[in-house]
Amino acid sequence: MKALHKFLTDKIEPHFVKGGKLEKIWPVYDGFATFLFVPGHATHKGAHIRDAIDLKRTMIMVVLAMVPALLFGMFNVGHQHYLATGESAEFMDKFLYGAIKVLPIVIVSYSVGLGVEFLFCIIKKHSINEGFLVSGMLIPLILPADIPLWMVAVATIFAVVIGKEVFGGTGMNILNVALVARAFLFFAYPTYMSGDMWVGMDNRKGYEVVKEGLVDGYTGATNLAQAADASFAGHFRNVSGVGYENTFIDSFLGLIPGSIGETSTLAILLGGLFLVIIGVGSWRIMLSVFTGAYVMGLIFNLVAGDNAFMAMPAHYHLVFGGLAFGAVFMATDPVSAAQTNLGKVIYGFGIGVLCILIRVVNPAYPEGMMLAILFFNVMAPLIDYYVVQGNIKSRVKRLKLATNGNK
Amino acid sequence: MSTATETVKKEPSEALFSKKRLKLITDPLNDSNPVTVQVLGICSALAITVQLKPSVIMFVGVFFVVVMGNLVVSLLRNVIPNRVRIIAQLVIVAGLVSIVDMTLKAVQYDISKQLSVFVGLIITNCIVMGRLEAFAMGNKPWPSILDGVGNAVGYGVILVIVAFFRELFGSGKLYGFQVIPQSFYEMGYVNNGFMMMPPMALVIVGIIIWVQRARNQKLIEAQE
Repeated sequence: MKALHKFLTDKIEPHFVKGGKLEKIWPVYDGFATFLFVPGHATHKGAHIRDAIDLKRTMIMVVLAMVPALLFGMFNVGHQHYLATGESAEFMDKFLYGAIKVLPIVIVSYSVGLGVEFLFCIIKKHSINEGFLVSGMLIPLILPADIPLWMVAVATIFAVVIGKEVFGGTGMNILNVALVARAFLFFAYPTYMSGDMWVGMDNRKGYEVVKEGLVDGYTGATNLAQAADASFAGHFRNVSGVGYENTFIDSFLGLIPGSIGETSTLAILLGGLFLVIIGVGSWRIMLSVFTGAYVMGLIFNLVAGDNAFMAMPAHYHLVFGGLAFGAVFMATDPVSAAQTNLGKVIYGFGIGVLCILIRVVNPAYPEGMMLAILFFNVMAPLIDYYVVQGNIKSRVKRLKLATNGNK
Repeated sequence: MSTATETVKKEPSEALFSKKRLKLITDPLNDSNPVTVQVLGICSALAITVQLKPSVIMFVGVFFVVVMGNLVVSLLRNVIPNRVRIIAQLVIVAGLVSIVDMTLKAVQYDISKQLSVFVGLIITNCIVMGRLEAFAMGNKPWPSILDGVGNAVGYGVILVIVAFFRELFGSGKLYGFQVIPQSFYEMGYVNNGFMMMPPMALVIVGIIIWVQRARNQKLIEAQE
């Protein structure tokens, strides 16, 4: 390590500092150097106690938390493929098939996104922000596995430029960057986001099975697509047309078709637990999203009548589609979420309610998580405003009471 | 931009195009563009820019209404009582818009269908009333015409730029002609459906404003 550090500061750094040959791309050097070593900034005034946790370390923690979901996603892509084609395959076969499908998306997302970020840093002459480390991993996880790579690239550029850089870069974005990418794809290329052929694309038989209408509709939320279908009678079938042995458990484990990282509630909760324990993710938001969704599901159960989708048990909603993934990794984005504690609860609860509302009531959108989070991203400052104002008011009242008492 | 230079060539000797008057045309093209700087006429810029053709027709319509409206109001400016000036302007604009609407229906029926209500809504286009109120009411006819030309072209330029990108990426066409070759589609290229939706027009207008402000230092608000 010491040798590497010496090599960096002695041999490489001189090229990049002012007057060096490559001074223009100093932000790139700075970005990589601080990725490896603690930044060499010293505090000059004010508090002198510094935590080792900076933005980069925080971001890496979130990426680590996503690893279970990513690995399971790779396995599940393969699993669904072999399920659809009717072939039997070993664990490793499934995993490798999935990895071959998924890794290019991750690579494209990262290289394009970081490229745009570096470009902006060089033009604007500020140091590289690490905000994209998380977004770059989130983007592939919320896309269907068969998405063409150029679409991933276009969406990533759009998300980083329009979703983030125009607002002033990392930490200034109003909307969750990864969701901007997804929303862009959803509205720009709806047929590719419907996930109706990703499971058995290169196999005629599998394709046929899927085409029969099992999993048309929205990406990943294929159980939801079934539920939103007019002919839905309360039974879910997997891609080979066989009913699930236990829909809830299968969906909880994640053996259902869906976007890469969102299927396994279990893997997501593992990541979520990790985030809560190390204090990076907000448990208030996660919990209130699930609560909101569950409550809304119960309300629909009450008024269901003949509607099979409304009558679907409320806890199914929690394991279907992107709800868990959104609750753990997207709604908790510290930049675009509400900041006050009470605000976080209201924000999360609202997301849960709105998500289920969109799922059940709006037939055009079988999944509502993306739109729910984006909507509440926009609402978050408003929620915070009223929470803060309410606090101020109650304190003023208390002050008045206290001063009156003194008289 | 081109309109400005063309008109200059026609009558170079006249003082009609003194520097001050030329500014009436060139200012709205950039420094005080009605769409990107004053942010007027946004509704129609979002609604009808899916394709180039309706945008160009819309531009022609607005051009006619703004220029003629400016001229008429400017001629009548000393006659119109101040207290009823808005309603008087409205009558004039409404008359002009009706002319445009009927002409369109007679000449370009399908485009008129496509533009639907937005032709009639030229009346409410803030650029029209804004120019009448802010300029024509207080200036002589000739400068008013120039002002109308400048603002209408400033509006039209943005319309055409937005429509260019939306039609190119949204349906692979330009002015109704296929420009993105079939081989691209066979290789997996897909038209961007988002481009067909109004929100994307807003994003494009935003990008235009961004580029314009980056190039034009005058538009950047003073740093405090």
